[in-house]
Amino acid sequence: MLKVKAPAIAKKYKAGQFVILRVHDKGERIPLTIADANEKEGTITLISQEVGRTTKALGQLRKGDQIPDLVGPLGKPSEVGHFGHVVVIGGGVGTAVAYPEARALRKAGNRLVSIIGARSKDLLILEDEMRKISDELHITTDDGSKGHHGFVTDVLRQLIEKQTRIDRVVAIGPAIMMKAVANLTRPHRIKTTVSLNPIMVDGTGMCGACRVSVAGQTKFACVDGPSFDGHEVDFDLLMARLRIYMEQEKIAMQSSTIGTGGAGETYGS
Amino acid sequence: MAAKPSEKLLKRVPIRKKPPELRKRSFDEVSLGYNEQEAMAEASRCLKCPSPFCVKGCPVQIEIPAFIECIKKGDFSGAITKLKEKNSLPGICGRVCPQELQCEAECVFGRKGDPIAIGALERFAADYELKKGVTLPEKSKSTGKTVAVVGSGPAGLTAAGELAKLGHDVAIFEGLHLPGGVLVYGIPEFRLPKLIVKAEVEYVSRLGAEVKTNVIIGRTLTIDDLFESGYDAVFIGTGAGSPWFMRIPGENLNGIYSANEFLTRCNLMKAYAFPEYDTPIHAGKRVVVIGGGNAAMDAARTALRLGGDEVTIVYRRSREEMPARAEEVKNAEEEGIQLELLSNPVQYLGSKDGWVERVECLRMDLGPPDESGRRRPIPVKGSEYQTPIDLAVVAIGQGPNPLIAQTTSGLKVGEDERIITDQFGKSSRDRIWAAGDIASSEGTVIHAMGNAKKTALAIHNFLIM
Repeated sequence: MLKVKAPAIAKKYKAGQFVILRVHDKGERIPLTIADANEKEGTITLISQEVGRTTKALGQLRKGDQIPDLVGPLGKPSEVGHFGHVVVIGGGVGTAVAYPEARALRKAGNRLVSIIGARSKDLLILEDEMRKISDELHITTDDGSKGHHGFVTDVLRQLIEKQTRIDRVVAIGPAIMMKAVANLTRPHRIKTTVSLNPIMVDGTGMCGACRVSVAGQTKFACVDGPSFDGHEVDFDLLMARLRIYMEQEKIAMQSSTIGTGGAGETYGS
Repeated sequence: MAAKPSEKLLKRVPIRKKPPELRKRSFDEVSLGYNEQEAMAEASRCLKCPSPFCVKGCPVQIEIPAFIECIKKGDFSGAITKLKEKNSLPGICGRVCPQELQCEAECVFGRKGDPIAIGALERFAADYELKKGVTLPEKSKSTGKTVAVVGSGPAGLTAAGELAKLGHDVAIFEGLHLPGGVLVYGIPEFRLPKLIVKAEVEYVSRLGAEVKTNVIIGRTLTIDDLFESGYDAVFIGTGAGSPWFMRIPGENLNGIYSANEFLTRCNLMKAYAFPEYDTPIHAGKRVVVIGGGNAAMDAARTALRLGGDEVTIVYRRSREEMPARAEEVKNAEEEGIQLELLSNPVQYLGSKDGWVERVECLRMDLGPPDESGRRRPIPVKGSEYQTPIDLAVVAIGQGPNPLIAQTTSGLKVGEDERIITDQFGKSSRDRIWAAGDIASSEGTVIHAMGNAKKTALAIHNFLIM
């Protein structure tokens, strides 16, 4: 977790938006969602998982270090309204993105049930923060080290089966998780929004790296999203496109020049 | 038998280039330009026409015979001073302008022989100054007025340079981490070395324009924020940065890039030097590039340099209609790039795991001219054929980025999302001007510069009123 001084971004930030950053002159531009912003302090909070060279380098930053290139806030803010009963689901580092949205939804007067999941308990993040803002919090781990032994969708399924009132679901996490959530809510016609995490370069609609298919139309996640109707997203395409640089990612991680950069890494995968 | 002097005069001094075999796997600059002797010899061909047509062909009206006369006399500093009176970016223009359609198209020599190599001479003078050290022109007294220039591509740099010279305080806002716009993300190193762009951007900032990178107008700040923070006028030169796709089946398969992404990864992010640089790129062996413009040539030649074995440009019209600079089509062909003319993709076919494997194209015939004045391609029924590929680059053009239009109330845009302006670049909103590809569809560096210059003068007139 990093708190970064970026007054202009902090001032404009709304839940769901992201930044693009670069850690050094030979670095890659990667998107990271803004987890929090403090306009008074002029700071934003970024949370990332060390999966590539850039996120590794971010992990090595010390207090007072500089991030040479940081730009934002990018993307459209997520839709925050009074929907009634809302379930917010955060998977892995996706919880960092889900948290500010959950908080905004709660503030807007919704009843909030949160489900956060991770591979194991050490990878759970923002548990206390989520508990504080939720009317109900469920935890799941793939290995059973904390909370429900299984997936976030297990809990969601139970909620649906118990006929809990759910007016809207917000799911943010790995593509496979968002796909599973969307498949689960579709037959029940529960409106489900997801936040997509494709590979990006500029983040301003200039390159089309982040194109996704939504309701059969090609959209650029950086300017048309990153938030979309989960029932309309082609997740298989998203997952395929997230694998474009898998080979290069291995090369990048092996050629360990001073730990920086990454190949198309994203927050949730 | 030696040619008669008059005949010899009709031939231009050849511009040295790296031979195709040496250059096709290298990102170093292809054209080597003139040395002093060559430049002086070429300059001495100029007839100094009393009412020169070449100047009329130049969108920024450089006094071409005057700068060429300086070169002829060996006064290279005089030449660059003359050039910079009208053009702050001569090293760039000398390299990327389509001279054969502009100044050189008008040269009287062109009627019987080779027109004077105006572009190569411009480049020579610019490179001479770069080696020797750049001198700054005299600046007008400060007017105390401030202008925000949005975008640091050809239009923004030109407007900023002109306005700074006229004594206004100028700040340039750039969304990316480096200034230069299409000059850094789009045009490859082998055609326009980034050192040249850097030097000419530095020149503009030394004229007094401060460059602020990593600020996206429309997101980090809005146009209204700029006015609130005290700017007296805003110039929008954000170009055409939104890539078009053909919207055909399979276009989102892995291994299919927009030209913008492919070129940005390579030029701005230096993916050709991966893993020394962190940004990866997918380099193919059998490559198709769709389109007939400069971006298509650039993408094809980049793919070749990344290790492509068979690189083919697929274009739906014929060679005559290709919008690319003639020199670059020639360079591409010399390097072994194939042109597949009168053909258009209809779909891409891919593997189970989502990678492109084949492209299906349809042959075209040319019908009567369409609204662009070029002959319209008409599909030939039943002529579909498939080609195995592992990389495709879609280079069919781009439109304006809508971010600013979406976040600025009262700013009128046309159906093509370009900002609507009068002939002096003035938009529908008070104190906002726009030029370059955000306002017109001419699409070349020099047209953007020509319009930006005219617009800068309009802004100046408004500010000193």
